[in-house]
Amino acid sequence: MNPLLPLFVVTPLLGAFLIMIIGRFVKEFNKYFTSLVLLFLACISFYFLFITGEHVFVYKVGGWEPINRIPIGIYIVMDGFTAIVVCIINLIGFISAFYSIPYLKRYTAENYYYALFCLMIAGMNGVVISGDLFNIFVFLEISVISAYALVAFGVEKNELEASFKYQVLGGIASFLILFGIGFIYWKAKTLNIADIKEVFSSGYDRTYYLFVQILILSGFGLKAAIIPFHAWLPDAHSSAPSPISAMLSGVLIKAVGIYVIIRLFFNMFAVSEGMSILITTLGTLSMVIGVFLAIGQWDIKRLLAYHSISQMGYVILSVGIGMILISRGVRNEVAALAIAGGIFHLINHAAFKGLLFLNAGAIEYTIGTRDLHEMSGLAKFMPATSATSFVASMAISGIPPFNGFFSKLIIIIAAIMAKFYLLALLAVIVSIITLASFLKFQRYAFFNKAENAIKRNIKEVPFPMLLSMIVLSIICLFLSILVFPGIREMILTPAVDILMDPSKYSSTIIGH
Amino acid sequence: MIAYVMCFILFLVGLYGVITRRNLVKIAVSLSIMEISTFLFFALVGYIDGGVAPIVDPADPVKTYVDPLPQALVLTAIVIGLATTAMLMAVIIRLYRKYGTFDIREIKNLRG
Repeated sequence: MNPLLPLFVVTPLLGAFLIMIIGRFVKEFNKYFTSLVLLFLACISFYFLFITGEHVFVYKVGGWEPINRIPIGIYIVMDGFTAIVVCIINLIGFISAFYSIPYLKRYTAENYYYALFCLMIAGMNGVVISGDLFNIFVFLEISVISAYALVAFGVEKNELEASFKYQVLGGIASFLILFGIGFIYWKAKTLNIADIKEVFSSGYDRTYYLFVQILILSGFGLKAAIIPFHAWLPDAHSSAPSPISAMLSGVLIKAVGIYVIIRLFFNMFAVSEGMSILITTLGTLSMVIGVFLAIGQWDIKRLLAYHSISQMGYVILSVGIGMILISRGVRNEVAALAIAGGIFHLINHAAFKGLLFLNAGAIEYTIGTRDLHEMSGLAKFMPATSATSFVASMAISGIPPFNGFFSKLIIIIAAIMAKFYLLALLAVIVSIITLASFLKFQRYAFFNKAENAIKRNIKEVPFPMLLSMIVLSIICLFLSILVFPGIREMILTPAVDILMDPSKYSSTIIGH
Repeated sequence: MIAYVMCFILFLVGLYGVITRRNLVKIAVSLSIMEISTFLFFALVGYIDGGVAPIVDPADPVKTYVDPLPQALVLTAIVIGLATTAMLMAVIIRLYRKYGTFDIREIKNLRG
């Protein structure tokens, strides 16, 4: 029982409440308080990242102890994989909140913005640390309802349309998930993830099980925007205010989509070959189609949004390869490598995609457009934005000293070692097309000769925006060290172990 | 069994409405129908033939009780559903003010 665990949910909820009450009377309270709350959360999440290791911390809400080894309360679980995702959420959240301080000057109703921001963080933290299926649903709804409101925050035509689309598809996803939870409860008579695993491991009806898996996969797949379900993502992510785009693309689709899919399909359902092939196929489709949709875009934020789909494809693909190998029961070290590559890419994507959206926000903030045709030669006027976006572009396309290179390398090596040569080839090709599309972005935005001579008074963005971009670009460079032995064992290996050995997860939680 | 089938049909009715209707408000209503069918399903999951409300009666220990947990889940889900519906309606009203129509075919700024 670690008493710090509920703070991940309680602090941002309290923050949202206080912002609405005190922010009404004290000016400037909202922005600094939000940053403070998120800084505090980032600190305790790093504390957990360093102390978790191979441990699994369990906190029983309300102190309900299990009866006859059957858990009856809501469990909050912190293990190696959770610690990583919690770190991403709170760190990117802090940087985006800090970035918002000058960016939000052009919007009204700042109190609502910061309160919704805190609620979204509370929801995502709740989804990630929850060990209970229905609790995941509740927190997921908290975070996506705040996201709906934040996407529509500009209340112009595009924002409202994007938010409506997002809400209709998100609503359908929620009902699919709720149906899946109902079906699981019907047979298992429990909602605790570890306990469901125990119940189903003693035998189940195969078709029923498959049906539940499909329901859950399509529900969370819609939230994660895997390719057949991706229609809402480019609209929603490009219409939101830029710090929110960074949160949605960098964190939300991971925390409520990819994370839950990985967690449930490794630690709750028994890994089966058919399902893992399906997941790998979906990942490959997202990876390939996403990048082809991205390359023709001229709106920066739409281009970045389509790249999010493609990069998430990498994560799902490599985790799927790991699942296939586990289900065949062969070559566990290759499966571990593939899963480690997927998790590593998930961390990296949060860093560079967050940074790219912040860059897009900086460009929009200074010249007021997102169209690549209308900007040129910005490198001269905005050196820091140009440099940081160059770092991020190189990281996302997998150029050596940056983090994206190492995670893509691990994924490709794992695919080759698992004898999926076609998938490895596709991963390389997609990486090259990504590079092409980001060279286009760099050229048109920063390095073109300013022929149509924008004589407007272009200045570098204010200091808080600049600082958050520089910090993120340093993180992009710094994350490469995760690949070296020593640090890898400390951070990536515990996460892989908890996924590779599902009986360990359930036995540790129920055994307590 | 017939109750489960009806519940599933209700879900499909809602899904059909979301896919085919052109009016924003009708889409919202169809989503609500899907929502209600999910809640009904939860209530059915907890139902036991001949069971009574789950308040333990010390005088009669062998009574059959219906499962109280799905009822609690449905209550939570109804509150969440209220929030999503309210949010959706707020956005629809804003859309109507911008475009002057509820027709989804005329609201298509975002393409590609």
